[in-house]
Amino acid sequence: MAVGKTARGDGRAAVRYLLPAGILLAAILVYPIYQLVLISFYDYGQPQAAGAAPLEFLGLDNYAALVSDVQFWTVLAKTVGFAAVCVAGSLVVGTALAVLATRVRTVPRMLLFLAALGAWSTPAIAGSYVWLFLFDTDFGLVNEVLSGIGFSGMAHHSWTFDTYGAFGLVAAEVIWCSFPFVLVTMYAGIRAVPGEVLEAAALDGASTWRSTRSIVLPMVRPLLTIATIQSIIWDFKVFTQIYVMTNGGGVAGRNLVLNVYAYQQAFAGQDYGLGSAIGVVMTLLLLSITGLYVRTQRRAGQEGAAAWG
Amino acid sequence: MTNVRRRRVRRPGRLVAEIVTVVIAGLVAFPLYWMVLSAFKPAGEIQTADPKPWTFAPTLDSFTRVLTVSGFGRYFLNSLVVALAVVVLSLLLSFLSAVALTRFRFRGRTVLLVMILVAQMVPVEALTIPLFFLMRSVGAAVPAFGLNELGSLVLVHLAFSLPFAIWMLRGFVAAVPVELEEAAKLDGASRMRFTWQILFPLVAPGLVAVSVLAFIHAWNDFLFAKTFIISHTENQTLPQAILVFFKPEDTDWGAVMASSTLMTIPVLVFFVLVQRRLVGGLAGAVKG
Repeated sequence: MAVGKTARGDGRAAVRYLLPAGILLAAILVYPIYQLVLISFYDYGQPQAAGAAPLEFLGLDNYAALVSDVQFWTVLAKTVGFAAVCVAGSLVVGTALAVLATRVRTVPRMLLFLAALGAWSTPAIAGSYVWLFLFDTDFGLVNEVLSGIGFSGMAHHSWTFDTYGAFGLVAAEVIWCSFPFVLVTMYAGIRAVPGEVLEAAALDGASTWRSTRSIVLPMVRPLLTIATIQSIIWDFKVFTQIYVMTNGGGVAGRNLVLNVYAYQQAFAGQDYGLGSAIGVVMTLLLLSITGLYVRTQRRAGQEGAAAWG
Repeated sequence: MTNVRRRRVRRPGRLVAEIVTVVIAGLVAFPLYWMVLSAFKPAGEIQTADPKPWTFAPTLDSFTRVLTVSGFGRYFLNSLVVALAVVVLSLLLSFLSAVALTRFRFRGRTVLLVMILVAQMVPVEALTIPLFFLMRSVGAAVPAFGLNELGSLVLVHLAFSLPFAIWMLRGFVAAVPVELEEAAKLDGASRMRFTWQILFPLVAPGLVAVSVLAFIHAWNDFLFAKTFIISHTENQTLPQAILVFFKPEDTDWGAVMASSTLMTIPVLVFFVLVQRRLVGGLAGAVKG
């Protein structure tokens, strides 16, 4: 970077422009990360939080406790599985519907976009309640319809009782409210591909599949990368839906994800040290997964990574 | 946006695709329909083992219950204040940062860009514990931003929407030609003046996209409201208002659906107001 007269002037101006956001991010994001790591090394319970007892440095004991805890591994596995299903689900549904939307006339497309906009607008908590109500054991429409068409065993079926049912239901709600982002993003990307290029390819004898793979896909890859990263980030830290729909993680914590697990350990169990250790694990997990994804995209030699850095 | 008409005008499969599209749209919209319908159903039709997908006796009873019993109006206002404050502040702060990171040359710029990229990936929910302690000590010095106060929620949501907002706006700021800035400089406009009076209106689509995401983020929050607002119940936000009707044994589903409906309306209004610009905004974010 050139260090001339302008560069120095730029530097001073940049400080002024960046300061407000910088202070806020340092205080509310960077400092808490440091604190999170720090607390995870201590025996930090209610007495310590209230300042009534001295802090005891534990080193890696909280992490050792986690690693030897069977429940932690179960929760970790469930978190990864749940997030993977949600990410894959919203990407597949969103992209497929985006492609579909480019192939239909205005009216059906508008209907689809309006419906998606509605799902997108629904606050997580409202969406959770509606889905819970639709799948309610006694008053839910879904059980009623299923038993009505011959699945008599589904009358009074509890969708939230067993783990697969509960996670499946939450995943469906999460996909429902997060695929619209993918749909809108991918639709914008596909429409931005110049029609002339596709026409030229068709004249050269390229099949629809071939031009999709060789022209459309490379051009929408940056947007697909963003959609994927956003989905990973959102779905790994779903809190509201799991907490509300499975009533705080289900009976005996059967339906916990890392997020809710950390919250329960810290605020219900009053073990902030252990809760922080879970938070650190979660952060590292999320950073490595997104980092890995960005790297594979970059290695693919596409612009996707360029759009991100 | 330039809409390029596709060649495929008449294809036998299109009608099938259109029917499929409409059916899917119906399925996607159905939970919303059910929410609104249940909110208008009379009490006897909601909690029944034989629910019907229509009602012949719509009533406002559930809305009346929500609005009179629970202090819903107050919670609604709290949510609105927090969300709008986050929108306005994140627009201003992210715009300034995006300008600096796009148009200024200075040492450490690349490092900052990478940091903002990484910041987007930090699971903010994991920071609930340190933030709880931070807000507790902030409250001792500046009460308006401490625990139990709306200011704490504004700060947290603001910080969390900033990295993505900055990243998104960068593309828009970069797309404004440099010649425009040079011309403004020749005309004697200061840098600040150029930034606010010329650049700010030019990146409007980006600002729209940023404000939508910031609004939804703050409006949806359940975790931080639950963690920070503990004892001053008058400062709680909407999610808590709904919890009142949600009991394990005897849930008032009519009221839950009515409050869910009321909670969805502001976001929907916001979306409808900006939807035309949103698609362009999301697409433009990466083109620049």
